[in-house]
Amino acid sequence: MVPLHYYLLLSAILFACGVTGFLIKRNIITIFMSIELMLNAVNLSFVAFAARWHVLSGQVFVFFVMVVAAAETAVGLAIIIAVYRTRETLNVDQVNLLKL
Amino acid sequence: MTLGTFIIVSVIKIVIALFVLLTGVAYTVWLERKLVGRIQNRWGPTRVGPFGLLQPLADGAKFLFKEDITPPHVYKPLYIAAPMIAMIFAVTSMAVIPIGDWVTVAGVHTPLQITDVNIGLLIILGITSIGVYGIALAGWASNSKYSLLGGLRATAQMISYEVALGLSLVGVLILSGTFSLRGIVDAQAGTWWGWLPKWNFFQGQFVAFFVYLMAAFAETNRVPFDLPEAETELVAGYHTEYSAMKFAMFFMAEYANMFTVACLASLLFLGGWHGPLFGPTWLQEILPVFWFALRVFAFIFLYIWIRGTLPRFRYDQLMKFGWKVLLPLAVANLVITGLVVALRA
Amino acid sequence: MNPVATPFFFYFLSAMALISGVLVITRKNPVHSAIALIFTLLSLAGLYLMLYAPFVAGVQIILYAGGIMVLFLFVIMLVSVSRVERESQFNKQWLVGIAATAALGVLFILVYAKGKSVFPERTVQLPEQLNTQQVAVWLYGTYMLPFEIASLLLLVAIVGAVVMAKKRI
Repeated sequence: MVPLHYYLLLSAILFACGVTGFLIKRNIITIFMSIELMLNAVNLSFVAFAARWHVLSGQVFVFFVMVVAAAETAVGLAIIIAVYRTRETLNVDQVNLLKL
Repeated sequence: MTLGTFIIVSVIKIVIALFVLLTGVAYTVWLERKLVGRIQNRWGPTRVGPFGLLQPLADGAKFLFKEDITPPHVYKPLYIAAPMIAMIFAVTSMAVIPIGDWVTVAGVHTPLQITDVNIGLLIILGITSIGVYGIALAGWASNSKYSLLGGLRATAQMISYEVALGLSLVGVLILSGTFSLRGIVDAQAGTWWGWLPKWNFFQGQFVAFFVYLMAAFAETNRVPFDLPEAETELVAGYHTEYSAMKFAMFFMAEYANMFTVACLASLLFLGGWHGPLFGPTWLQEILPVFWFALRVFAFIFLYIWIRGTLPRFRYDQLMKFGWKVLLPLAVANLVITGLVVALRA
Repeated sequence: MNPVATPFFFYFLSAMALISGVLVITRKNPVHSAIALIFTLLSLAGLYLMLYAPFVAGVQIILYAGGIMVLFLFVIMLVSVSRVERESQFNKQWLVGIAATAALGVLFILVYAKGKSVFPERTVQLPEQLNTQQVAVWLYGTYMLPFEIASLLLLVAIVGAVVMAKKRI
């Protein structure tokens, strides 16, 4: 059997991956994907903790995280399309005006 | 059952299921050509074998020996992977579909199903939703405008109709209280007043059934929802750049998906393999499979019939139909089913 | 039947998740990143199955791999990616960023390594057959209010997405 803290280590490394991508990438789509990576790492911890404490709250919280992720993706991708339509770039360094 | 027997039995079942599915796919193509031919007052294939029955073999040989062209402008890894993704996921969903009751062969008591999972329906929904990638990536990797448009259309269409499809199944789930496909079929056993079978269709899920049927047509990209491959506007949509065996894989994936959808409709709404049983023991073990195959055949026939009858939707009509008709209907059905079940309890 | 070869599946799935997770942030082409992310999500779904959460795994595949990532791919197809590939990938603060996350990762690993004793050596099997029912009981019982708020959030997101993406309403 696999000890439980292996799952948490995996989750930590994935989360760090996501943070790195979020901080250093320029392409806005990849930045969004890094956020998804972070959310998934957190989900893994939730499920692992649910298995540890035998309480399903952890699994229920995963659904709330998924709802937030879905809402964030829908709005975020709409923003990306709107920005791309007016500025024709996906580079976050070039989107530096307060209005579109 | 020991692990060894389990593995041997599973492998045998997988081989049989694959063989039956691929043969079924080949002969559905034959049936489609024959039926659409008759609908359009033609003969359909007649030359190869009696009634053109060997036509699928000839087609297969042709696909195998054709030159496999890879256009220079494509993105190669994904171009090659896309048809495989489509094919693999179309076939995989067969793994959880039961085709009959338990049988005893050579002393081994086993269900007629490769594996009975307690989240069987979720797995099928998941696999079909991943199957979209085959088409979407084919459109993108082909690097041509017709393919890209076909891929975009397919993606938008399948995401939109998946919502209605999923919601239409929730009513059935409420009635039977399980995700396991075998459990859902078992919940539909028996009759009312000795003649009306307790199928979910007769338990008030007819609206869900029609929503499911429409959404399933759209999910499998069949007429009247075949916009991703509309040959009059997009050449052939996402598979414009594909030839030989790679094209054949898309083709087979589409028909295998038709089979999955037809099996699911029979299992969820029309009572699966339940039907009158009679005769000696061996016949009673075979008959459920026959009843199930009959229902699946009826659905395949309906598919072909509609293909021979209806014209194609326009794209905005397609989207409007999905979001403004099917989705509200599915939600209404869900609410009413929930209310009835709650009041009855 | 009892689970077979659990350590093998754990190492296989976590290696897949890690490799594709790194690929997500290192590939130049967003389509490659998206495909790598799909692999991460699928291997995480496998890990959920190993943690006795079959319903979560199913929803993960349907919602994340089959819904959200398809949406990503759709948007990537709509915008032109060829120019993105030629630009420099990382912004000016990449060194600071990597240092910060390395520190964060080390911190996490230290916390878990220290707190190892809290976790038992083997996971105890949760009642897998009833997983869906129990999740539903929690979701519609204890967490009723958060559930309603989440549905409201989704509604707001739909309206917001339509308002922003449509040229004229």
